[in-house]
Amino acid sequence: MSYIPADQLSKEAHKLYEEIYPFKDTLKTKDRIKIPVMEMPSQDPDIRRGNLDEVAIGYTAEEAMVEAMRCTQCPKQSCLSNCPVNIDIPLFIGHVAQGEFQKAADVIKESSMLPAICGRVCPQETQCQRDCTVGKANKDVGKAVAIGRLERFIADWERENGSVKIPKVEAETGKRVAIVGSGPAGLVVAADVRRKGHSVTVFEAFHKLGGVMRYGIPEFRLPNSIVDQEINVLKKMGVEFKTNYVVGRTRKLTDLIEKDGFDSVFLGTGAGLPIFLGIEGESLVGVFSANEYLTRSNLMGAFDQEHSDTPIYPANTVAVLGGGNVAMDSARMALRLGAKKVYVVYRRTEVEMPARNEEIEHAKEEGIEFHFLQNAKRIIGDENGKVKAMECLRYELGEPDESGRRRPVVIKGSEFILDVESVIVAIGNGSNPLISQTTPNLITNKWGNITVNEDQKTSMNRIYAGGDIVLGAATVILAMGEGRRAATSINNLLA
Amino acid sequence: MNKILFKKQLSKDVFMMRLEAPLIAEERLAGQFIILQVNNDYGERIPLTIADADKKEGSITIIFQVVGKTTLELSKFDVGRNIPTLVGPLGKPTHIRNYGTVVCVGGGIGIAPLHPIVQALKEVGNKIITIIGARTKDLIFWEDEMRAISDEFIVCTDDGSYGRKALVTEPLKEFCERDPKPELAIAIGPPIMMKFCVETTRPFGVSTQVSLNTIMVDGTGMCGGCRVNIGGEVKFVCVDGPEFDGHKVDFDNMIARLNSYKEIEQHKHKCYMDSLVETKQNEYSKEMK
Repeated sequence: MSYIPADQLSKEAHKLYEEIYPFKDTLKTKDRIKIPVMEMPSQDPDIRRGNLDEVAIGYTAEEAMVEAMRCTQCPKQSCLSNCPVNIDIPLFIGHVAQGEFQKAADVIKESSMLPAICGRVCPQETQCQRDCTVGKANKDVGKAVAIGRLERFIADWERENGSVKIPKVEAETGKRVAIVGSGPAGLVVAADVRRKGHSVTVFEAFHKLGGVMRYGIPEFRLPNSIVDQEINVLKKMGVEFKTNYVVGRTRKLTDLIEKDGFDSVFLGTGAGLPIFLGIEGESLVGVFSANEYLTRSNLMGAFDQEHSDTPIYPANTVAVLGGGNVAMDSARMALRLGAKKVYVVYRRTEVEMPARNEEIEHAKEEGIEFHFLQNAKRIIGDENGKVKAMECLRYELGEPDESGRRRPVVIKGSEFILDVESVIVAIGNGSNPLISQTTPNLITNKWGNITVNEDQKTSMNRIYAGGDIVLGAATVILAMGEGRRAATSINNLLA
Repeated sequence: MNKILFKKQLSKDVFMMRLEAPLIAEERLAGQFIILQVNNDYGERIPLTIADADKKEGSITIIFQVVGKTTLELSKFDVGRNIPTLVGPLGKPTHIRNYGTVVCVGGGIGIAPLHPIVQALKEVGNKIITIIGARTKDLIFWEDEMRAISDEFIVCTDDGSYGRKALVTEPLKEFCERDPKPELAIAIGPPIMMKFCVETTRPFGVSTQVSLNTIMVDGTGMCGGCRVNIGGEVKFVCVDGPEFDGHKVDFDNMIARLNSYKEIEQHKHKCYMDSLVETKQNEYSKEMK
C-alpha cells in the first residue's frame, strides 16, 4: 500500500459520508461490509522521517463515522471478548456511527482508563480486530472495523473538547496501597484501587512518569503530552506519585508493608533487563540495547541535541536486530536522528514479525530496509573498538517451533558482510533483578519473572504483580489487563 | 528534596557536597552509588559514589571532579539549592568481612568511593594499608580522613609535588612483595590506574577488587549501557557491580566504551563554554553601558 495524503483521504471520506449517512440506520449487513476501510491519515513519509511529530494524524469526524458504519453490530461480539480489558466495543462504535461521541467516550471509560494510549499502541489485529465479522467477510484482517483508530478518535475528541471526566472516587477508607512502577500496569491499578477510596502512592524509579510509555515508545508513535494527560487524571483523583524511588534499593519491598504501613503492594516494574545475542563484538562502541537507544532519545531528550545533555551515538548506517515493535521504534528513531540508511535484520520473514502491521507499513514508507531471513553472526570493530561492520548469516524457514512460528534454520556458508556504524539489539528483555535480589521470599520462575496466581497474587501476602515483570516482554494492553485483575484482587483484600 | 546542606571545594576541580537524602542515607552500604541530574528535562544522568552518609542527619556525601557539563553545573549549585534528581542507593554493596590485611589504593577522585569501603573494612578488624595518589598535589584530598582509618598510609603524586614521587603501582608492588603478602587489594580510580594496579598484583596472585564507573543511563539494569566484559561474560555495572574481580575485567573495552561520546562531548563542552564566555561578555558590556 502506498502513501495517500491525509487531505485526499478526508475528501474521499467526505464523499462517502454524504452518500451513506442518510441511510445509516437502514444499511444492510452486506452494504456495510462493502464500505471501504478508512485508512489512518498520516504525515507524509518524506517529511515525517525528519521530525518527531506523531505519524498517525487521527480520523476526522466524518472518517470516524464512516468507519463506525462498517460495523454490522453482529451478535458474535468477538471484539469485546478479545479485548484484554473488555471494552464494550459494539456499543461505543454504535454511538460513533450516530455522531454521539461523548456517549462513546463514556462507554470506553467504563473499562479503560487510558484509551488515548491504547488506541495508539494496542496490537488490534491480534486482539479486538482479529475475529471481526467484517474482516472475516472481506477475508482480510486488515479490512476489519478499525476499532483502534475509532478508540483513539474518541479519546482525542474528548480531550480536545475539554470534557474529560474525572472518575468518581468513593469515600476514603484509610487503607493504603503502594504501586511500584508507573507504566501501564501500575497506572491501571492506581486508578481502579483509588476509585474504591483507598489511598494510592505510585513509586517510579525514573524522574518522569509513564514507564515504557515514556522511555520506550517514541514521541512519533505516542506523544508524551498524551501520557501526561492520562496521568493528570490520576493526579486529580488524588493518586500520589513519587519519582526517583527505586523499590528494592531506596526502600526494601518488605519495608513498604512492615515499616511504612502500606496494606498492599502492586509490583509493575516492567521488563527491564535487555537481552543481548551473546555474539562476538557485542560490547563494541556503537552497539546498544534498544532500551538504551530509546531511553536516550525519548526520556532523556537526546533527539533534541541542541538542548539535551545526553548524547546519542552518531551513525550514518544503523542495523536493528529484531522484528518487534521495539525494533520498529528503534529503526524509525535512528532515521529521525540522522541515519542515512537503516536496516532491520530479522531471522524470519515478514509474516512472522511480531510488530504491529501499521508500524511495519510506516517503517517501509519511511525507507527502512528490511533484511529478512538474516541474522548477525558477529559484529566487527575498527582499531578504536568502534563498530564498522556486521557479519551476517542467511536463514531459511524450517518446521514450526513451540511458538507455532516456522523455525529459522541457518544456511551453511552463507556469511556476508554488511557495513554498518551502529547496531541496535532489539530482541527482547529479561526481568529486572532489583526487587528479587533484595526480597528472598518472592518466588520467580527460571527467567526471573515473578510467579503469580490467577488473582495476580505473588508468593508473598498482600503483594501482587502484573505486566511485563510477570509476562516477560508483552504489550501495553496485556499489562493493563493484568493490572485490572490485580486491582480487583487488591480491592477484595481491602474490602 | 535533595537539598545541598554543605559544600566545599577540595581542590581545583574537586568538590564535596553533603545532600539531604534521608532514605538513601538509611539504606546505603559501602560501595554503593547514586545517580543525579542537574536538570530534569534535558540533564544527563551521571553516577557518583556515596562517599559517606549520616543516618542521624539524613544526609549523604558526594565528591565529584568537574569533567563535563553536568559536573560543571553541579559545582555551581550553592548550599540550600535542591538537586532535581537524586536516586539511590544503587549497585551491590561491597562484600565486607575480615580478610586480614587489605591494601587499598585510591587514585584522584577514586579516593572518595574508597573511603566508605576502608571505613567498613576497618570496622570489622582488617589491617588497612592505604595508598592514595594523584597527578599533582592539588588533586589530593581527604588525606587526614584516610590516614585516620589506616594502619599504614602512603601518599604519592606523579609529579612529586607532594608525598612520594611515584605512581600508586610502585608502593602497591612493594606491599605485594612483603611476606606475608596482603590477602586483598582494592583499587579505585581512573580506569587506566585500575588496569595497571591489576597488572601489578596479578603476578603475586593477590586478589584485587576494582570499582567501575561506566556510562549509565538508568542505573537499574534497564539500559545495559554500562555493560563490561568480566572473564568473557557480559555484566552490568549497575546491578552486577560496581565492584568486580579486577583480574577478570576487560579494561581496554571498558575504556573504549567510556570514550563513546568523547568527540561529541568535547564539541558540546566547547560550545557550552563559549556560550558562558559570551554571556559574561554580554553582562559586562551591559554594565559598561
